[in-house]
Amino acid sequence: MTRTTLRYAALALITLLFLSPLIWMILTAFKTEEESALSPPTFLPTAWTTTAFDTIFDSTAQTPVFRWFLNSIIAAFGMGLVVLATAAPAAYALARMEFRGKRLVFAAIVATLFVPPIIFLAPNYEIVAALGLLDTLPAVIFPLAAGAFGVFFLRQFFLGLPRELEEAALLDGANRWQVFWRIVVPLSRPALATLFVLSVLTNWNDFLWPLYVLLNPENLTLSPGLALLQNANAVDFALLMAGGLVATVPVLLLFVAAQRYVIEGVSRTGLKG
Amino acid sequence: MSTGALPRTRRRAERDAAPAAARGAQLGHGRFTPWLFMAPYLTLFGVFVALPVIYGLWISLHNWDQFLAEKPWVGLQNYTDLSTPGSAKAEPFWRAMLATGLFTALSVPLLVVLPLFVALLLNKRFPGRTFFRAAFFAPYVLGVAVVGVLFRFILDPNVGALNYVLGQIGLPDDTPWTTAEPWVWVSLVGMTVWWTLGFNTIIYLAGLQDIDGQLYDAAEVDGAGRWARLRHVTLPGLRPVIVFVITVTLLASANMFGQAYLTTQGAPSERTRTAIMFIAEEGFNDFHLGSAAAMSYVLALFLMALSAGVFFLFRDRKEARA
Repeated sequence: MTRTTLRYAALALITLLFLSPLIWMILTAFKTEEESALSPPTFLPTAWTTTAFDTIFDSTAQTPVFRWFLNSIIAAFGMGLVVLATAAPAAYALARMEFRGKRLVFAAIVATLFVPPIIFLAPNYEIVAALGLLDTLPAVIFPLAAGAFGVFFLRQFFLGLPRELEEAALLDGANRWQVFWRIVVPLSRPALATLFVLSVLTNWNDFLWPLYVLLNPENLTLSPGLALLQNANAVDFALLMAGGLVATVPVLLLFVAAQRYVIEGVSRTGLKG
Repeated sequence: MSTGALPRTRRRAERDAAPAAARGAQLGHGRFTPWLFMAPYLTLFGVFVALPVIYGLWISLHNWDQFLAEKPWVGLQNYTDLSTPGSAKAEPFWRAMLATGLFTALSVPLLVVLPLFVALLLNKRFPGRTFFRAAFFAPYVLGVAVVGVLFRFILDPNVGALNYVLGQIGLPDDTPWTTAEPWVWVSLVGMTVWWTLGFNTIIYLAGLQDIDGQLYDAAEVDGAGRWARLRHVTLPGLRPVIVFVITVTLLASANMFGQAYLTTQGAPSERTRTAIMFIAEEGFNDFHLGSAAAMSYVLALFLMALSAGVFFLFRDRKEARA
């Protein structure tokens, strides 16, 4: 009995520690700029205001936060789709087809999982620049989508699928594309959903790369945008927290909606990685 | 296979299609089908993963300023600059490496041990378990940019909520969390624990679920108490998971960038400027992409040595015991 109480007490304390920064972000976002910088601070806003959010949706503001939000949406979901569209067929070929060089291709792809990502910073900047993609959204979609994780993850999943259905379809005269598209893809919905959600989260939260390849304030995504907001001469904390909230709510909603996929994805890849 | 096949062709056929694969090969696809399936991914992979590994090396051998037409070959100079004590590049670079090392040494033990306790708290089935699990994991879903600006605000020495709360409970209310040592390290480590504890917890939880429940029953029959069961059943059972958590956390900490960039901004006097932060400044603020690339390879070498070290450390012990 006391042990149960102790467990709940410990958990409640940690929960409080974990949620209070988030609550503080929400409360501050609904204060005026002046109130957000008061010392000592007020806990609840004395008058709840949406001034900060008005600035976010004000397209004439110097910091087009809503524009960053749209850019982030396009980049994150764009990358999710690119990852699925490229990694799934490649993983299928590596899991189910026989061809010369297969082991070599797979080994080369997996080996790059062990290359520290800092290696890619300078050369990919030059490659993106050479392709004319600097300061465009494709610059924050394609290099990240090229990572080896998706192929590795889906190949593992495909290998675990029963072969019988696919073989029956092949005997019935289906070609490989039909087998992939009509049988493997529908059977793999959970894995594809997991990969999609993880890709969206990765892209949405990426910071270092977009900070340096997106330049014009118009073209930023939310992560480098928040850095820009913070580096303003006089930081508007209410606006900064409102921006943080805009960057948080979508991923939090996605996490809640797809919690099973995210947590299973993390723990499964965690163990198999 | 037709009996009339020439020995040579036949041998090649056998080599191409291993016995287990013969079935799949018969249920055929053309020679190019696999490559067509892989083409879109391999294009991306080639351009943004394979090419840069080599191209980065090439860049690091030049005096590479993106705004200059001339990018003269300098051989290994970008590397030797780093190993020449007192050179203009070496001093700040190794100071940044040291900052990264310090942050790693401070954060990894906490991020390996604390999540284990939280996972043990959450391992039993009880009402509210899913809620707590989600609450602890939630910060991990946030981007480092949000975490950085949020803590920059909370830790602000003047208007920050933390100093106010500390003052209310009778502690000093003027701690310079973002501007002076050792507080900057407490801040960086603390916010990182807040941000990523949930991730390690989830991995531990999955590992705990894989431990055979009968082992606990047997231990209990043998009279093992809670502590003994933790020591002799849980920890050995979690061993591979712990190694994994250590490796992943080491690499994540050694790649720290956003927290220091946003919250301490390198203060005081570049003491919290991490290796990645310095490389980015070198490449994109000072336009020395060649030397930034060289530094990237040096850092990468350290990181790979680190993970190899962890791997061998734990492998050896296991063999010694067996």
